Amino acid sequence: MIELKQLTKRYGQGAKATEALSGLNLSIHKGEIFGVIGHSGAGKSTLIRCMNLLERPTSGEVWVGGVNLTGLSKQRLQNERRKIGMIFQHFNLLSSATVYDNIAFPLRLARKGKAEVEAKVNELLALVGLEAHRNKYPAQLSGGQKQRVGIARALASDPQVLLCDEATSALDPQTTDSILKLLLDINQRFNLTIVLITHEMHVIQSICDRVAVIHQGGIVEEGAVTDVFLKPQHPVTKDFVRGEQSQGEPLELAVQASGTGSPQAVKITFLGSKTYESILSRTVRETGADFAILQGTISTIKDTPYGQLIVRFEGGREQIDATLAKLSEQGLDVEVMN
Amino acid sequence: MWGLDFSSVDWNEIGVATLDTLKMLGASAVFTFILGLPIGIVLFMASRSTTGWVRAAYAVISFIVNILRSVPFIILIVALIPVTKAIVGVTFGVLGTIPPLVIAAAPFFARLVETSLREVDRGVIEAAHSMGASTWQVITRVLLPEARPGLLAGITITVVTLVSYTAMSGMVGGGGLGDLAIRYGYYRYESTVMIISVIFMIVLVQLLQMAGDRLVRHFTRK
Ligand SMILES: Nc1ncnc2c1ncn2[C@@H]1O[C@H](COP(=O)(O)OP(=O)(O)OP(=O)(O)O)[C@@H](O)[C@H]1O
Ligand SMILES: [Mg+2]
Repeated sequence: MIELKQLTKRYGQGAKATEALSGLNLSIHKGEIFGVIGHSGAGKSTLIRCMNLLERPTSGEVWVGGVNLTGLSKQRLQNERRKIGMIFQHFNLLSSATVYDNIAFPLRLARKGKAEVEAKVNELLALVGLEAHRNKYPAQLSGGQKQRVGIARALASDPQVLLCDEATSALDPQTTDSILKLLLDINQRFNLTIVLITHEMHVIQSICDRVAVIHQGGIVEEGAVTDVFLKPQHPVTKDFVRGEQSQGEPLELAVQASGTGSPQAVKITFLGSKTYESILSRTVRETGADFAILQGTISTIKDTPYGQLIVRFEGGREQIDATLAKLSEQGLDVEVMN
Repeated sequence: MWGLDFSSVDWNEIGVATLDTLKMLGASAVFTFILGLPIGIVLFMASRSTTGWVRAAYAVISFIVNILRSVPFIILIVALIPVTKAIVGVTFGVLGTIPPLVIAAAPFFARLVETSLREVDRGVIEAAHSMGASTWQVITRVLLPEARPGLLAGITITVVTLVSYTAMSGMVGGGGLGDLAIRYGYYRYESTVMIISVIFMIVLVQLLQMAGDRLVRHFTRK
């Protein structure tokens, strides 16, 4: 659906030029929710703004829905942009227009008839649950309500893609969750491709199918959220995942604490339905090893349950090795720590 | 009262002068708006451009605007006599005053327009671009509606400034209340008519300012 090829963006010229994106490649499929996560200044906003050419890349190509945007005339680009919705961190609503008129705005830009505008806006007001606020001005709404208006406005022209630049960063946790739920609902209902940019792993974990980690203008890690989240490879990714699970110093101490026999600390990852099975207790009963749980998380990634336990096995060398082997056999991911 | 003699006042003459002032004010305000608004929009759009020649054009227009704004109005009237003659055929009276009024006030108003457009949230302009708005649509559907309170305040300031300009034009026989005040008060030492003229102008400014403020408040949504 979206294809970025060798995308480079430099701001400024000569010695004081900063390269916000350096030869970045990315491919986003139809119907997925794709997350891009990165620290401040990594190039996230630049990346998403290149996807509808609000920011023109210095070099490289941007393909959306099979059209190369970088090669289009101004007029054709304006037409293509109508198929790409965008929502913003600070909502960017017209302060002089009512909720109704804000949502009608893109339809009127496209010179749609009055009856058509009315029908569409009413439908969208219902979708985002703002029927009661149709005649209010943005200044009279809460942050979450403003973002709902933003979403309705972005959907008005029936886009194929919705770009979200830090759409929940200005909202409190509950409101964030309600907006994320709305986005997920829209994605499933209309099979709409959603790209969202964030610096919060929580957002990625809640609704994304795939994720890319951006660092210093390049993608350092990319894949299914379950893979990236449970087995992060790059230090930046590990940072984000650790931030979410809040592991840290106490774990180091626990891992180093001595146990009986030849103790071994391991990280066990459960995924899907295995998360709720009693694999661990069955296995140690067979092998006779003992264990202590040092740390653990049971949660979900989008709607896939997962568990991640850090466990110290105690007992003889052979008992422990047999335990680890059996766990692997049953489809758990076992990583030895030291 | 205060040695003023109202019995000898020619109210008819005051009425005519008031009407003249209102005519000058109305006509020059309309033309100032018609001329100043597009110049202000052009200034704003050009100031944001990154294209070389557009930036050069901005510098030139900006320079001309600054010159017109720094020349004292009374000198402008004199300097513009040939221009005024070419446009309206006369250089005195109500008609002869309108061109210099417009040429003096339009650059002033254009700057106020530029400033109020700058106040418009960049994010909103960007959102409109992301929805496929053309430049014209951004101007008419985003910039002008969003800047409306600022523009109305600018219009109010400009019209009030025009009131004092019309008074100054009295120095060169422009007609209106200013003319009356100068003719009676300065040349004939009849302060009654002068004071009445001045009071009329004060009332006019007050009314204009109040109306402007009300409009601004009515359209402010923040
Ligand atoms: N208009 C600009 N002019 C010059 N440099 C810019 C501009 N916009 C961004 N940059 C630079 O490009 C780099 C990437 O910026 P970008 O806004 O994409 O980061 P970000 O990942 O969105 O950060 P944040 O999380 O803080 O929003 C930064 O070093 C920034 O300073
Ligand atoms: Mg950003």
